[in-house]
Amino acid sequence: MDWEALFLSLRLAAWTVALLLPVSVLTGRFLAYRQFRAKGLVEAMVMLPLVLPPTVFGFYLLVAFGRNSPVGAFWNETFGHQLVFSFEGLVVASVIFNLPFAIQPAQRGFEAIPPEVREAAACCGMSPLRSLWSVELPLAWPGLMTAMVLTFAHTLGEFGIVLMVGGSIPGETKTIAIAIYDRVQGFDDRAAGIMSATLVAISLFTIGITYWLSARIGRRLS
Amino acid sequence: MALEVTAQATAPIPFDVSFRVEPGQLLALVGHSGSGKTTLLRTIAGLWRPERARVTVDGSVWLDTAARTDLPPHRRRAGIVFQSYALFPHMTAAQNVMAAMDRPDPAEAARLLDLVNLRGLADRRPAQLSGGQQQRVAVARALARRPQALLLDEPFSAVDRATRERLYAEILALRAHLAMPVVLVTHDMNEAQLLADRMVVIEKGRVVRQGSTAAVMADPDALRAMGIRELAAMLPVTVAEHGDDGLTRLDAATGPLWLPGVEGAPGTPLRVRIMAHEVILSRTRPEGLSAQNILPGRVARIVPGQGPGVIVHIAVGGDEILARITRRAAEALALRPGDPVHVILKSMSVARDHVARAPG
Repeated sequence: MDWEALFLSLRLAAWTVALLLPVSVLTGRFLAYRQFRAKGLVEAMVMLPLVLPPTVFGFYLLVAFGRNSPVGAFWNETFGHQLVFSFEGLVVASVIFNLPFAIQPAQRGFEAIPPEVREAAACCGMSPLRSLWSVELPLAWPGLMTAMVLTFAHTLGEFGIVLMVGGSIPGETKTIAIAIYDRVQGFDDRAAGIMSATLVAISLFTIGITYWLSARIGRRLS
Repeated sequence: MALEVTAQATAPIPFDVSFRVEPGQLLALVGHSGSGKTTLLRTIAGLWRPERARVTVDGSVWLDTAARTDLPPHRRRAGIVFQSYALFPHMTAAQNVMAAMDRPDPAEAARLLDLVNLRGLADRRPAQLSGGQQQRVAVARALARRPQALLLDEPFSAVDRATRERLYAEILALRAHLAMPVVLVTHDMNEAQLLADRMVVIEKGRVVRQGSTAAVMADPDALRAMGIRELAAMLPVTVAEHGDDGLTRLDAATGPLWLPGVEGAPGTPLRVRIMAHEVILSRTRPEGLSAQNILPGRVARIVPGQGPGVIVHIAVGGDEILARITRRAAEALALRPGDPVHVILKSMSVARDHVARAPG
């Protein structure tokens, strides 16, 4: 059992969720309420990581964040190490790659709020921020929770893009999914089996909690 | 102190409307769906901005497109009851009411829920309340805003008839507590006549007629859009006695009216909506007739309509009843203003929901 890889994966998933939560609220809400000409294009862009092969996506991220790119050069100058093949680089890649998983369910969550309910919040004297906090977030909560759970679970399991952008540096970019691949390559089926089972257990646990919570919320609202 | 609204727009539907509501007055905006009445209400609340509009309340300007003033909805003190009520589903009745307060006050929420007859239901969520109860929460929530204008968007359309009658009575009773201008949007002429002091009839975004409810409801030109059969007068009466056979005697100025099963203790002041097309006129007091209600009156004036009908205004004491009869019948009776005439009304021709308590 590669505990280091497991904790690295959990740390990566936690960072991804933490960074994507505000993004999913703001973007999901914006896409749910607003109608504009380029909306279809924006939605398609958000969904792109879902259909693109991880290797293709990883390749472009390598090009975009590499030492010779403006972003990579800036990072190198500021922090004194490369963005690619680092944990930070993995977080950035993971955030981008998880955009569809974070934004889509959040958008559906906000779309499920009847427009009159939002209007009623405004007519009750609530500022947009208070309306978001006391009315919209509690009602869009099932969607947001789905978004965060999917992001978390998906980050734990991501393989291709992690390998492309992160390499397989122990303690820095070697996630559990890559550790499993390594063990299989090394004919260590027992270790691979234990780690796979652990991942299954963690995933089942997260999904189970989500279902339990959404059922509770559903009961409360109906 | 009044609410003044002028609005012109070319989209989503062209409209050009202006009206004024005094404090404590209830104005009904009536018209078919698509006439623009709900858009007007949304303009007042700040949920819609027409191309050119001005909304002032109590001297403060909520919207003035010419001066580029446009307060967002949460900065306008408008209490609104939506057609769907739009309660917050995750909050209890009391929390819904408190959500509209600047400083949440449970005692004030309890007082408002009492006012709308929801004592004991404060901890229920909207899903645990009936349609009528939800509507009452919505009214309490709108009042909790301490609104400078109260806006009601077809608030009775989603409940059954029996509930609606009770809610009418409650709104009429509540009106004594309301010092602000009230705007009611409805397509139900009975509702408008029962509840409103003034009416604005809107058709295709234009004001066909505005005036006192009695005047609008007696004007065939105003009612052409809504249907001439809505022509009716409100007759003030007092509950006198409940008969053993299920009829209730109501005393009008010049005689009794027997109507089926009217609720209310003897002495309760009520108003009865008498449809002009249901009224029969007779020169002499008829005998051997099944109709039980014969009120003596005097012809006040005769208004010719566009078709074969005329509208006869009959003074009954200090009140007025309208009769829509054919011109042929009016000529056969040789009716002239000042002539004595008997108004005949079948007991069964007055619908249950055409009887309402007096406002206040």
